[in-house]
Amino acid sequence: MDMVTVYIMGREYQVPAGLTIMKAMEYAGYRLIRGCGCRGGFCGGCGTIIRKKGSYKLTVGLACQTVVEDGMQFAQIPYYPPHHPDYMLENMEPTAEQILKIYPEVFRCLSCNSCSKVCPQDLRVMDYVQAALRGDIAKAADLSFDCLNCGLCATRCPVEIVQYNVGNLVKRLYSRYIAPADDRLDKRCKEIEENKVSTTLDGGFNATLNEMTQFDKKKLKDLYNARVKEPGESA
Amino acid sequence: MSYTNEMRESIKKVNATRAKRLHEEYPQLTLEERAKILSAFHPDHKDEAFRKITVGPSKGEKAPNEFVDVLESYPLESPDEIDLNTIDYDVDILIIGGGGGGSAASLWAHMNGANVLMCTKLRHGEANTMMAQGGIQAAVSETDSPQIHYLDILGGGHFDNFPELVEAMANDAPGIIKWHEKLGVMYDKDEKNHMLIKHGGGTSRMRMHSARDYTGAVIMRTLKDEMENRKIPVLEYTAAIDLLLDDEGKAAGALLWNMETKEYKIARAKAVIVATGGFGRLHIQNFPTTNHYGATADGLVMIYRAGVKLAFMDAVQYHPTGAIWPEQIVGLLVTEKVRGLGAQVLNIDGIQFTYPLEPRDVESAKIIKECLEVKKGVPTPTGNIGVWLDSPLIELKLGKGAVKKNLPAMFRQYERFGIDISVDPILIYPTLHYQNGGGMINSDAETSVPNLFLAGEVAGGIHGRNRLMGNSLLDINVFGRRAGIAAAKRVKTVDIPKKLTFNHVKKYVEELKSAKIPEDRKSPVLLPDYSRIEKRVKRLSIF
Repeated sequence: MDMVTVYIMGREYQVPAGLTIMKAMEYAGYRLIRGCGCRGGFCGGCGTIIRKKGSYKLTVGLACQTVVEDGMQFAQIPYYPPHHPDYMLENMEPTAEQILKIYPEVFRCLSCNSCSKVCPQDLRVMDYVQAALRGDIAKAADLSFDCLNCGLCATRCPVEIVQYNVGNLVKRLYSRYIAPADDRLDKRCKEIEENKVSTTLDGGFNATLNEMTQFDKKKLKDLYNARVKEPGESA
Repeated sequence: MSYTNEMRESIKKVNATRAKRLHEEYPQLTLEERAKILSAFHPDHKDEAFRKITVGPSKGEKAPNEFVDVLESYPLESPDEIDLNTIDYDVDILIIGGGGGGSAASLWAHMNGANVLMCTKLRHGEANTMMAQGGIQAAVSETDSPQIHYLDILGGGHFDNFPELVEAMANDAPGIIKWHEKLGVMYDKDEKNHMLIKHGGGTSRMRMHSARDYTGAVIMRTLKDEMENRKIPVLEYTAAIDLLLDDEGKAAGALLWNMETKEYKIARAKAVIVATGGFGRLHIQNFPTTNHYGATADGLVMIYRAGVKLAFMDAVQYHPTGAIWPEQIVGLLVTEKVRGLGAQVLNIDGIQFTYPLEPRDVESAKIIKECLEVKKGVPTPTGNIGVWLDSPLIELKLGKGAVKKNLPAMFRQYERFGIDISVDPILIYPTLHYQNGGGMINSDAETSVPNLFLAGEVAGGIHGRNRLMGNSLLDINVFGRRAGIAAAKRVKTVDIPKKLTFNHVKKYVEELKSAKIPEDRKSPVLLPDYSRIEKRVKRLSIF
């Protein structure tokens, strides 16, 4: 097995080449409590600061997604004190003024792009912050969509913006106030409330859902087998 | 770390057969053939991997050995050494588990006037909900109805589902989507501003709602944000290690444990909602898993000691295509879409051995057969074995760039480890995905123990013996909401528990002793230990 030397918070360990930072820590003997969540690159819980061998430059990555290299030093940032003012979505507007009210520090953005440079998802973080401060909520929501809330952007921001919380806010504002509501939902909920049969089953059978819960397996299987798959795309 | 030389040799064969395979269609199995392959090769049919539970309310029922081990285990605490007279947290409702189910329950309980406390052993939101990519089902279109959704769920579950739970889920689904829309969950919509809906495995109508490739993550973060705004308190890195009941046997709180300071705390509550997820990280039959770090069946252990019966614990869902190489991502889900787009499943010689889109359980069984019986799998240096999913065939079928365009998250995932899946195939093997069974509840999500509610994967019966895609994000919301509302209503009429007891735990310990269960076995597991055995044996517990 090819081994490499890594420095976990400065202490030297030999670990097999090719492991992720997370698995390298476990190989070294750690039983992780913090800084380890989904282990699959979705929860953003394992943000890590990394210095590669001989480099003046600090980089970052998710511990579950970043492979160790010989001479690498790293430390996890399992928690970064966040700033999250309270707001209630029902009393808001999708505007720049609204953003200013909740996160005034957004307007201090220097366009230095430090946030985008560290994003493990390669998002254009600065661009969505800029879109938010222009009041272009739709664009900000779109650009911040794949954000994992790992918080690494916030650690590098010279003007202390908590970018990922801004991203969460603009996505919620967009979905509630800009994207028009699906008018079918109210209709269907009303039908359910009134216990109406909205659509005939394939094979022309009608029953309320509550009636169907009383059917025996034989009858249900017959109804199931009579289904015709509607043509259309798969997820 | 890319592929090894041995794998490269096999890839040469895959490349050599690709043009010939372009129009080759492997035949689908008949229903009889499916039944045969399932009984021979599906892990649920491997008798020696299961045994009967010998203690507790579901005594005599069959479950996977790894799970029975944690059920037949002694508590982590010594009940007599715990001071139950000092109450650290006194609330209406205690919610155990910080994923989607617990969060939905917290919000609905709070909206219905209850004083709520959530505890979670990881960070709020670090849960399987966050990892769900595919979508959430709800019958909203003109051609669909809750009745049709109901039939699809039952068919998927082999008609063994509990009807009142399925009724609840199908009926509540459109209301859940409406609630999410109001909360600002960013669902995909079409040009008519309708929710974009698609098919999933086993659906007869398109009803899969999505938020790009991050459906669960977007739902989870929205619920979490809303909880923060409502100032609902969350104790992170605080595990529940046993439930507390009052002297009449009603739920009354839990023994909590700070994972970092190692100190215990007593939470007293008029009602308890357990939303702790499933058992993926117990690695049933040694399978890798798609599940998050904390999926260790803690809630199941606690509710079982309190007297809740379990259902369908022998029905485990394996996803046919989990990554088995590179080592860093073993177990992680390779989406069904790869096969949907035309990738074939191939053995070490680059030859097809299965129709790529058989039902999940059948596809898994065929892959296991090819590796273990036919012995035409591709070995990995870490002792695993897999088969190829020929993603470059998608480029041949749909044109250059089709892989990156249609599978951006997958492409990014493999690119990080030096593999270009538009050029090289993906090595896969079935992975442990979902616990179909769980604790028994009624349609208010309440168990047989008064004032004890369940939400999400910890509960059983909703999905019968097999869950369909898109029904777990739905399940956690529907039963989280129902549990939250029912518990909030209940706490208005019950008094603060007068006495907190471990009577149920002590009784359970007596049962364990009479069944001669070895006393060194302890549970709940809380977190897996992935450090090496040689490190573990040299650990000293000094402070």
